[in-house]
Amino acid sequence: MSRYIATRALRGANMVVREADQMLKQAIAELGPDAKVEFTNTAYFLPVIYGFTGRQVTKLADLGPVLEEAKKLLHPVPKDKHYLPYLGETLDAGVASLLAMEAIEGIRFARGEEPMPFNWGSKGLVGGSFTSPEFEGAGGADGRLNGPIDDIQLRAWGIQLVDGRMPGFAAIVGCAKSNEVAVEIVRQLQQRNILVFLSGNVNGRSIIHQLHEEGVEMGYDTYIVPFGLDTMSAIYALGFATRSALTFGGMKGGQAREILLYNKYRVFAFVLALGEIDDLKYAAAAGAISYGFPTIADTVIPQILPTGITSYEHVISMPFDDIEGENDLERAKRLVQRAIEVRGVKIKITEVPIPVPYGSAFEGERVRRADMRIEFGGKNSRCFEYLRMRNMDEIEDHKIVVDGPGFEDVEEGGSMDMGILVEVAGRKMQEDFEPVLERQIHYFINGASGVQHIGQRDITWIRISKAAAQKGFNLKHLGEILYARFHADFGAIVDKVQVTIITDPKKVAEMLEVARQAYDYRNRRLADLTDEAVDTFYSCTLCQSFAPNHVCVVTPERLGLCGAYNWLDCKASYEINPTGPNQPIPKGTCLDPVKGYFTGPNEFVKQYSHGTVEQVALYSIMENPMTACGCFECIMMVIPEANGVMIVSREDPSMTPAGMTFSTLAGMAGGGLQTPGVMGIGKYYITSKKFISADGGLKRVVWMSSILKQQMREELQKAAEREGVPDLLDKIADETICTDVDGLLPWLEEKGHPALMMDPIF
Amino acid sequence: MSPNFQSMDPAVQALHPIAEEICYPTAFERAAELKPCPIGSTGVCCRMCAMGPCRLVGKTDRGVCGATRATVVARNYTRMVAAGAAAHSDHGRDLARTLIETARGEAKSYRIRDVQKLYEVAEFMEVPTKGRSIEEIALEVGQKALAEFGQQEGELMYLRRAPKKRQEIWRKTGIAPRGIDREVVEALHRTHEGVDMDAENILKHALRCSLADGWGGSMMATDISDILFGTPVPLNTYHNLGVLKEDEVNLIIHGHEPTLSEMVVAVAQMPEMQEYARSKGAKGINLAGMCCTALEVLARHGVPSAGNFLSQEIAVLTGAVDAMVVDVQCIMEALVPVSQRFHTLLITTSPKAKMTGALHIEFDEEHALDIAKEIVKRAVDNFPNRKAEVVIPKFVSPAVGGFSHEYLQYMQGGLHRGSFRPLNDAIIAGRIRGAAGVVGCNNARVPQDEGIMKVIRTLIANDVLVVTTGCVAHASGKYGYLLPEMMRDAGKGLREVCEAIGIPPVLNLGSCVDNSRILTVLSQMATEGGLGQDIGDMPVVGFAPEWMSEKAISIGTYFAASGVHTFFGVNNIISGSPEVVEILSKKWDEMVGGTMEFITDYDEMIQAALAHIDRKRAELGLVPWDPERYGQSGGDELMEKILSLPPEQRYLYSRKVVEERVAEQV
Repeated sequence: MSRYIATRALRGANMVVREADQMLKQAIAELGPDAKVEFTNTAYFLPVIYGFTGRQVTKLADLGPVLEEAKKLLHPVPKDKHYLPYLGETLDAGVASLLAMEAIEGIRFARGEEPMPFNWGSKGLVGGSFTSPEFEGAGGADGRLNGPIDDIQLRAWGIQLVDGRMPGFAAIVGCAKSNEVAVEIVRQLQQRNILVFLSGNVNGRSIIHQLHEEGVEMGYDTYIVPFGLDTMSAIYALGFATRSALTFGGMKGGQAREILLYNKYRVFAFVLALGEIDDLKYAAAAGAISYGFPTIADTVIPQILPTGITSYEHVISMPFDDIEGENDLERAKRLVQRAIEVRGVKIKITEVPIPVPYGSAFEGERVRRADMRIEFGGKNSRCFEYLRMRNMDEIEDHKIVVDGPGFEDVEEGGSMDMGILVEVAGRKMQEDFEPVLERQIHYFINGASGVQHIGQRDITWIRISKAAAQKGFNLKHLGEILYARFHADFGAIVDKVQVTIITDPKKVAEMLEVARQAYDYRNRRLADLTDEAVDTFYSCTLCQSFAPNHVCVVTPERLGLCGAYNWLDCKASYEINPTGPNQPIPKGTCLDPVKGYFTGPNEFVKQYSHGTVEQVALYSIMENPMTACGCFECIMMVIPEANGVMIVSREDPSMTPAGMTFSTLAGMAGGGLQTPGVMGIGKYYITSKKFISADGGLKRVVWMSSILKQQMREELQKAAEREGVPDLLDKIADETICTDVDGLLPWLEEKGHPALMMDPIF
Repeated sequence: MSPNFQSMDPAVQALHPIAEEICYPTAFERAAELKPCPIGSTGVCCRMCAMGPCRLVGKTDRGVCGATRATVVARNYTRMVAAGAAAHSDHGRDLARTLIETARGEAKSYRIRDVQKLYEVAEFMEVPTKGRSIEEIALEVGQKALAEFGQQEGELMYLRRAPKKRQEIWRKTGIAPRGIDREVVEALHRTHEGVDMDAENILKHALRCSLADGWGGSMMATDISDILFGTPVPLNTYHNLGVLKEDEVNLIIHGHEPTLSEMVVAVAQMPEMQEYARSKGAKGINLAGMCCTALEVLARHGVPSAGNFLSQEIAVLTGAVDAMVVDVQCIMEALVPVSQRFHTLLITTSPKAKMTGALHIEFDEEHALDIAKEIVKRAVDNFPNRKAEVVIPKFVSPAVGGFSHEYLQYMQGGLHRGSFRPLNDAIIAGRIRGAAGVVGCNNARVPQDEGIMKVIRTLIANDVLVVTTGCVAHASGKYGYLLPEMMRDAGKGLREVCEAIGIPPVLNLGSCVDNSRILTVLSQMATEGGLGQDIGDMPVVGFAPEWMSEKAISIGTYFAASGVHTFFGVNNIISGSPEVVEILSKKWDEMVGGTMEFITDYDEMIQAALAHIDRKRAELGLVPWDPERYGQSGGDELMEKILSLPPEQRYLYSRKVVEERVAEQV
């Protein structure tokens, strides 16, 4: 701290706690003490308050004791002379400010004032699912800002946060020096896949206004989340941080120190304070420091360079004009670079030589038909992608050929056929890795700003935007992307990469035939891959950076619960990085083929869960089920009354027959603890032969989020047939049918669901 | 001014002429008059039996019994340790008894002020707390503490507070103390005529006995004082004789224990007493402290400090001290004659420490409040008896006191993130070169405070963070070094850390028993990580530049036994035996990783300490300290100047521009 900063932060803290107190009194007077307080679609109540105090705020009256606790954390401002130490006091006051800020946002929610209204006009809001479904897609004059990040999104980002694809978040507060600078700062962060949270203003003008004016797409899909126009909304960034610890770290409410240290060591976040900093911003920044998040300002403020509460410097001042650089864009770039250094974020940027920005943050960008220059695949054309292994002497590294015409002559908004043939060679390359690598094409191509990739294999669908085409993006660049990324990400197994972009319709058709034979072969090979057919499973401890005691055991018939790692992926990952998070687990002796006990996994899990888990039954939810980190695609839970299980998707915010929503259930399923009857899974495990086979398999499923039924109808149907109940899908209820047990049981009986006739699950 | 007068304290300098005027020789004159015994001062005088005293000088290398110089020096040294350990520990014992009496409701004037600390200590002592009243817990804590004194086997429980590696060293070398009294008794036994005659073996027991002080009696005294009177947190206070007030009743509380002084503080604030003072023509009652008692009430109540050991007689010279109440330790018998020359009422209170010629009002915990009232009343009654002209020098320095190890942790992260991480980080990065405990006494053989301040100034300028207790804390306060503003005298790196936390570069940790706080802090730093696994691995040193008491020797020895290289000034009391010098400076290093060295030249002492710090840094693989590496933090002054500019002039996007505008404004 510096005394100046301490003084201003303490002043801000005293002010905001007082303000919250007054707002609460008024709100209780107007709405009554029982008025509901909740952040829509988020778990953990008001998360910062819950994290620090363990208090579960659900109504206005609950906020009273919270503010009393906040008051105890306040201190007077230091004197001018002979002052007493201020660091601990200021950090406490910072925490008090956070409690008060969250209380204020809670009160605003109770009043229906949050998320903050915003006039989106005709542009700017993308990516749909903002906090409240009722606001979804609501652009225009009656739009809203995002407010807190919803739980589905938090979990969806979970795996990226843990595997490092998403290094952390930048909480930007205030307003950049110019619109141009605002855009550049955000683009720089996007290119590094850093989540960008926006809040606050300077004299009424916010970076949200700046980006909106410049037509920057904001929303979950572009990693830019506009929280609100005032400093209060910056609390959502710390709510996100707290929820990360609760969700993935297995912490409980009230474990303040643990939650803060979790963030210091595992969540790479920082505050970027743009423009003049007022008392409240200083107070909020002091609160952020307790999380280990430093503040970098683009104005003249005192610097606090010694380390300790944060891993590196606490407060950095980089007056914008003083930053070395040819122009403001370069200065913006340097500012972001410095911010990243200060937080110690390790970022590997792959330089991709293409004329548009590149990074995972652009993966979610959509190219609307109106903005589209050309598309490949979809309704009007064919597109496929195929990756195959070749011998080292059969291909030439970095040979990128466009076989056929470019899209220059196609009319705007038109379409054409395309095949992407990627040929790789490497000493450690195996045929088994072909599909693993091929699946990466989707992510790699999507990283280019203005290029959209959907689907895979022969249902690939690629769009290139007008903006990208104007900047000179052409088909050869697709090859450049693939070449650069395969070398960067899979250099350990790939020595040579050759890419052929085929647009000649005849050649597309020819190569498509070859590709389809390969797809077919792989399908059959995959079907042959059973748990019995291999002698090695793989571990996945990728999430231990977030959930320190969790171990996934990935088998050919049970993929990782995040859905991102199947057995082949793990095998490839082990080849790429032999000391990495995916280690071979020899099966050892099979102790129980039905429940799925093996000596190898048991020993491994015991060791790597640091003794929290003694043994694991791979095929059961009832006995020693596999633990979960927090990134699961689905949660399943036993419904005793129905003698079966329900499965809720993380994309489903509705109530379930378990009496809990996904968010609430997640608290029981995550954190690396075994809870019999509850399990987090990857959705494709549902169609596996080994799906809770010890407990009766797919026939036990009595309720399932409708989105799963839609997404996997075909696979589920096949599995149902395999299980001997071809009409099973129609007998499984979903949230459109019932959301409680009382509704579920009559439905099951009416449909004659097989679970009712099975042996008792207990 | 008399040529023999040696003090750098301006208040003492201002008052000393009064002593000359009234022909009263103070300690400064007595020291000049009475040369130290040249034989005893090197440690080779053996007076353990009636065959001697044997003076082992010149060609005499054995006493009548055949004792070698090494044996004699080791025995004398060990007896000093035993006496020092006894003094600190007896202080601890009295507090344990007070806690028990308080818990039983016998000492009605006392209560448990810091319940949180009680719980923490209870947990540490494995005293059950669930479902028990505070009194029940306090009683068992007191009893467990008291049992440490008589314990005959096993180990003192506070040893567990040390880093694991340190505990192993103690066990391996066989110096883990079993019981406090036992080690003191054994020290006396071993050094009796005809018992232990192997210098190394004798001195090994000195280590063990000293540990029973630092990790026994002293640590207990600190913990229980916190439980009974509150754990200190920083507060503003004042130092030096200027704190005395001409128009108020000045009552100086002098000595070491907080039990009585806490009551005096409470009584002096009572409206009835204030009223009584006014009835005698005074404007109020002004309390001031001296020596460690001062530091106890300073840390908890902000009671100002009148001075350190060598200021005690001088205080009386002001003619403004209406009463001086003393308990135990470091009280000069000369207070009797000097107070007789003035109107000062000298009151002894401890049954252990009476002074011929002083008024004795015996203190006991059961009647504490009444006794305190009696004392304060006596002081007030004496106010009208002031005879000589009152001379109160204007010298007074504001200061920040009240640092406890709990607060040290708090200040580095607040309630939720408090730890020693920032301090360890700062040492690892080389912002802070190392840390030093500068403690101990005044000694009339050397100019008052001069060595202390030389050491402190040099250390902070070299980025060494200083913690201090006892008379050194008073000295630091007198010259303003306990103020945060003094970070301007610190090296660039240390200044950054001080500025980040808002602390002075010198931290007042309290009284001499509170040296145990330093042990706790060092243990926490070692446990925090990054600086090795043990106190002995860290770049830390101990100093007692102007030591004089046996307690100081015990402190120095327990610091050595805890793995700290410790430097003592004034006189080398073991110089009579090069073998003993070798043991304390080399063998102890091999054995416990700490040393005791007597170096009379301050510069040499400082250089040796800095070299040790740098050596430890190198052993830990830390970056070498570089005075120019850091210092870019800050900017408070500029911000304040910017705020004085008209709003439209405050261009914050460029430091250069705004600095120019500020300059134009001026």
